[in-house]
Parts: sequence; structure tokens; C-alpha cells
Amino acid sequence: MSNVELRTESNIETFYYDNKIVRDFGIATVVWGIIGFLVGLIVALKLVYPGFLNMLPELSYGRLRPLHTNAVVFAFAGNAIFIGVYYSLQRLCKARMFSDVLSKIHFWGWQLIIVAAALTLPLGFTSSKEYAELEWPIDIAITLVWVVFGINMLGTIFKRREKHIYVAIWFYISTFLTVALLHVVNSLALPVSFLKSYSMYAGVQDALVQWWYGHNAVAFFLTTPFLGMMYYFLPKAANRPVFSYRLSIIHFWALIFMYIWAGPHHLLYTALPDWTQSLGTVFSFALIAPSWGGMINGLMTLRGAWDRVREDPVLKFMVVGVTAYGMSTFEGPMMSLKSVNAITHYTDYVIAHVHVGALAWNGGLAFGVLYYIIPRIFKTELYSKKIANFHFWAATLGIVFYAIPIYWGGITQSLMWKEFTAEGTLRYPNFLETVTQIIPMYAMRAVGGTLYIIGALGAAYNLYKTAKSGSLVANEEAQAVPHQADKEVSGAHWHRVLEGKPAKLAFYSFIAVALGGIVEYIPTMLVKSNIPTISSVKPYTPLEIEGRDVYIKEGCVGCHSQMIRPFRSETVRYGEYSKVGEFVYDHPFLWGSKRTGPDLHRIGGKYPDAWHYMHFQNPQKIAIGSIMPEYGWLATTKVDQSHIEGKIITMRRLGVPYPEGYEKQAMADMQAQAKKIADGLKQSNIIVEPDREVVALIAYLQRLGTDIKLAPKEELKTPKPETSALH
Amino acid sequence: MYKYVLQSIGGVEVFATISLLLFFTVFVGMLVVVLRMKKSTIDEIAALPLEREIAQRSH
Repeated sequence: MSNVELRTESNIETFYYDNKIVRDFGIATVVWGIIGFLVGLIVALKLVYPGFLNMLPELSYGRLRPLHTNAVVFAFAGNAIFIGVYYSLQRLCKARMFSDVLSKIHFWGWQLIIVAAALTLPLGFTSSKEYAELEWPIDIAITLVWVVFGINMLGTIFKRREKHIYVAIWFYISTFLTVALLHVVNSLALPVSFLKSYSMYAGVQDALVQWWYGHNAVAFFLTTPFLGMMYYFLPKAANRPVFSYRLSIIHFWALIFMYIWAGPHHLLYTALPDWTQSLGTVFSFALIAPSWGGMINGLMTLRGAWDRVREDPVLKFMVVGVTAYGMSTFEGPMMSLKSVNAITHYTDYVIAHVHVGALAWNGGLAFGVLYYIIPRIFKTELYSKKIANFHFWAATLGIVFYAIPIYWGGITQSLMWKEFTAEGTLRYPNFLETVTQIIPMYAMRAVGGTLYIIGALGAAYNLYKTAKSGSLVANEEAQAVPHQADKEVSGAHWHRVLEGKPAKLAFYSFIAVALGGIVEYIPTMLVKSNIPTISSVKPYTPLEIEGRDVYIKEGCVGCHSQMIRPFRSETVRYGEYSKVGEFVYDHPFLWGSKRTGPDLHRIGGKYPDAWHYMHFQNPQKIAIGSIMPEYGWLATTKVDQSHIEGKIITMRRLGVPYPEGYEKQAMADMQAQAKKIADGLKQSNIIVEPDREVVALIAYLQRLGTDIKLAPKEELKTPKPETSALH
Repeated sequence: MYKYVLQSIGGVEVFATISLLLFFTVFVGMLVVVLRMKKSTIDEIAALPLEREIAQRSH
């Protein structure tokens, strides 16, 4: 409990807002933001110059890409959420944060998690599940720190002096509850060792859980807390109440109810059951309504104050942010329509879409809030409006220069993938042709990103000088009359009663989000018929497991999908479309979400081992113009074979049918298979020790998608997903 | 193991229908309540972020 509260005789209490914690989260937001953006620029440059900074495995594209996404989502946007929550919650509750100790644990715990991520991801410790890559000990730490945040927030709400709970706080509560639920369910895994685990779920179930998480991480980490901030800081900066409070309530309930159902739109045309895909699409489309309700509510709050938008950097950033929210939430539902998704999925179009969201919506709100808070807690004026305006234009133009080329590139590549000649063959049978075509767009995107970073550096300087010019009011004095929560008038309107009771409100929002999750998720877990069994699909050999783990470690899934959709353009290019039954032993699933390189589901047997070896050594030599980086270290790094027994046992616990006692034989089997591959390579004058990573990886790649070729015909007669003649 | 426990639940297909109905009912209920809220209450809550504290001094 805070030790700086005292009571005066006249029922008016004097208390102090904790501004120090607000400042700390502010510093973290800016510092991690710039680091996250810089790593983004590095990976963007790697797509133009594959050799750029590729001297160490730790700096390779596959390992840095998750670092970039995690840094921007959890470090930049995460800390931005906390600065916004810690500032606005105290003022809306007219109370200091529940506990200074918890505030500190929350702050330092979160920063340590970020540091742990920044170390483990480049070192190759990853679960491979997007935005949930961190390994199990860090997952546990996240859970604990998140609970600390929750207790601190709910504690503050319980001891508030204001009767009503303003809508911003509802958004914060739903953020806390839903992120906790998503994180725990998606991260369930069985550890093999410290920093290595296998997902509890396999194949289609893993995919469904992952994208239920992935989509709702966008909803409840990058949307609801920022909407809460919008509902507090926008009225504050414009100095007028929100346009329609009624609309904000509808916005809240509709949004949290619908979002949770929309996840499967990430898996359209995949091997996911059709009914789940359709459900995802319907709810994604319906989401336009609450999202646009929120955007209109935000923008209309500025009615009559538009002259101020020209002057005030806070409002400028917020207007760009809210407008981008509107754009993204229109575009998202469109992309979840099957016909549009068929074109945009796996392409850079998705990358452009998320960057409009991250750079403009999250970035706009974050910087708007920083420009609002920092001068106030330092009791001073913003150091330079000019620099802030420069930042605004650099950021806005940066986003434009980033997004347009990549939208363009995404569509271009997709159309090239799908184009047939009059004779009925693929116009661009060589995948690489579709890549080299869009490299100029990749280059332009890096220019846009650079502009955005220059703007952010300006902001860092400006905010630093602002802080320097004032002095921090660490404990800001305020007074208020406490409200009597217990004497709630009986018979009052139930919604007013509800919004006065945080526990009930929290309970109902939890029910709302849990419902959607349960409906989508449980039936897929239950109904066996969702996963047609193919008898010829067998568990991986020990060497293939190790190879698969190398594939996971190197982040191959960041550029290569393993999911061939049932389109003619894909079956002609890659082979038979992917069946659900082929993934039943895949812990975790590796379907991927982006094809910077070609799909690999049917790569098994397509090329000889020697081809793969040479390709890893020097991709450009095999495929001129390829932007795949070299993986020379695979031939020199030894596979850590010490865990193979544990891996087999863990897999068996997860339901993979390795015979009892097989773990004893696994090592011998692994060595025998490795020797066979190494001997084969010798025939092509390639000398490699059998215990190297490249051998294991080749074993895995050669196995991929081959089991089905041995299947009896009638087992493959699963209903073919509905396809369109267009594709 | 958990899979087999859940598999014993019968008629799982009903889940979807029930929840859709639930969703619809709750949503409409929420709408009715929100639209019937008193204007004075609405204004009071909407003004919360703007409310000045009784006194503010810095330390």
C-alpha cells in the first residue's frame, strides 16, 4: 500500500499520484521502440541484401524477425500501454496505484522479460509460434508479471474514490483478463529441457489455438488498451468529453464479444475444418461495425476542435492513429473474406496491413500519449514543437513510403503466383522470378522505415530535452471525496450498478471472451472426425525430430509455409494440397504465415540431398538472385544429441505413438540415418560429419509431405475444401 | 488425456447454436440498456476524464 496517503477532517482526502512509475514506463517505451524499429530496419535490409549482417547465426534473418515483432509488440507497444494505464487509471480512480512495490515489480519484471527475449531469440530458443516465440521459463515469468499488473490495476480500481468506472478502465480490465487467458492457453507446452519445449497441441489444433491467440493478441494487446487510452487522452487533449458515451459502451461490448471469434480468418483455405473458417469470416466481417463505431466516436470528439489539431502534436498523432485504426479495421475484415484472402494471404500485403496498424495506430497513440504526459509530469512545456512537427511528418511520410510499396509488392507477387499461360501452365513456374520482381519495393520499404526511425529519434531527443527543462513531480498531490461503494442505491439502473462494480464487470467481460474461445476451440479438440486419419502418416524419426528442431531454431517458418492451399495455382506449383491428417504429429505446427520463399510442404524428395547441402552453403549459387541468406554454419554446428531420449519421451506423452522403450534405441537409429545421408553426400564429393545440423535438417526436409504418397487412395478422399475457379 | 475427457461430452455441436443465441441475446440486451440510460448519468460519466481535482499542488 502507498505510504503517502492521509485523511483530512472534512472528508476530503489528500493523496498523491505516482508519476515516477509513469516516467519509467515512458523511458522504456521510447528506448525499446527505437531498438524494435532498428531491428525491423535490419531485417528489411536483409531482404534486399541477404548478406547484410549475416556473419553470425545470431544475426540471421530467421532469428531477428521474431525479435523485431516481439520488440515492437511487447516492448514498445507494451510499455506504451503501461505508461497510458498508470497515468490515466490513477486519475480516473482518483487514487494512487494500489501498491508501489507491485508497480516496481511490474516495471522491472517486464523489462527483464524483454531482455530475456532479446537474448534467447537470437540464440535460437524459440517455440516458433508467432508472437508467442518465447520459451517456457519466460512464459511463466510473463504470466507472473502480468498477474502483478492485474492485481495492481484491480486493487487501484477497488480503492478508487470515484464511483463510476469510466469506459477506458473497462478496456484495461478486458485487456488484462483476455491476454492472461490467451497467453496461458496458447503457451501450454511440455518442457524437454530448460529453454526447449513442445506445444501441447499438434497440427490443426495447434494452428487453431495459435491463431486464436495471434489474432486476439492483436485485439487485446494492440487494440483494446489503446482504445482505452484513446477514450481518456483524446478527450483530455481536446478538452471536451467523448462524442458519445453510449456509443463507447456499445463499442466495448460489441468489440470484445466479436473479436474473440475472428481468429480462424488467419487459416482460410488451410486444412482447418470449413465451419470454423466460415465462423471466423462472419465475425471478422461483423467487426467493422464496432471498430468503426469507435473510430467515429474518437474523431467526432474533435468536432469543433479541428483548429487545435493543426497546432497540437498530441492531437495530430492521435488523429493519424485513430484514422489508421479505421483503415486497418476496414482492411482486416476485407482480408478475411475468402476471395480476398486467397490473394493477400502469405504475401507482403499482410506485412503492410500490420505496419499500418503498428506504426500509425499504436505508434500514433503511443507518441501522442508521450507528448501529452511527459511535459505534464515534469511540470513544463514541450521542449520543441518544431521537432514534434518534424517527427509527425517523418512518421506519416515514413508510413506512406513503407506501406504503399509493400501493398503493391504483395499484390504483384500474388498475381504472379496465380498467373497461367493460355496453354495452362504457370506463367512464372520459378518462384524466384516472383521474388526478384518485388525487390525494388522491398528497398523502398526500407526507406520508409528509415524515415519513421529518424522521426522517432527526434521524438526521443525532444522528450529528453523536455524532461531536462523541468523537474519530475514524483508524487503529484490531489484531493477528492471518497465515494461510498457499499451504499450503492438499491434499485439503481443495473448497468450503473455494474459499472460501479469492477469485479462483476470483469466477470462478465471474461465470460464474453471465454465464450467465443470455447465454442471454436473445444469442438475441434473433441470431434475426431475433424482430423481424418491417414494410416501412412508416421511419427518423425529421431534424426528428423532433430532436423525439425533446427528448422524451428533458425526461424525457417518466418519465410516458408508448410500449407498448400487447394488452388490449382498452388497444386501445380507445389504438389498435392495439404491434408489435416498429415500434421497429427506436428508439435508445434509449422504452417507459417508468409511466403518470402516457396512453400516447403512437398519439398521431400524434390531435390537430392546434395542440392540442399549446396543450397544452404550458398543459395545464390544454386538460384541466382535468391534472397535466402547463407546457412554455412549448419555444416559445422553439431546437433545437440543429448536430449533425444527426452524428446521421444515428451512426444510420446503428447500422444505421438512411439513404442514404449523406443527412446533407448533412438540414438542408434539417429546415428544410422545420419551416416546414410553423410555417405550419400560423399558420393557427390561433399564431406560432412554425420552429426552436423545440416544432415538432420536435410533428413527432415526430405521427409516433409512424403508420407501421404504411401496412403491408400480411399483414405485421401476427404472432402475437398470449397475452391474457386478463379485460383 | 484431456482430449479423452472432453470427448465424453455428448452433443457438442449444440455449443455453437447456444452460444450464438447467447451472444445475440446479450448483445440486444446491452443495446436496450445503453439506449435507455439517463442523459444526466451519461454526461456525468463522460466528463470524468476532464474533471479537475479539488486541488493540485506539486511536491
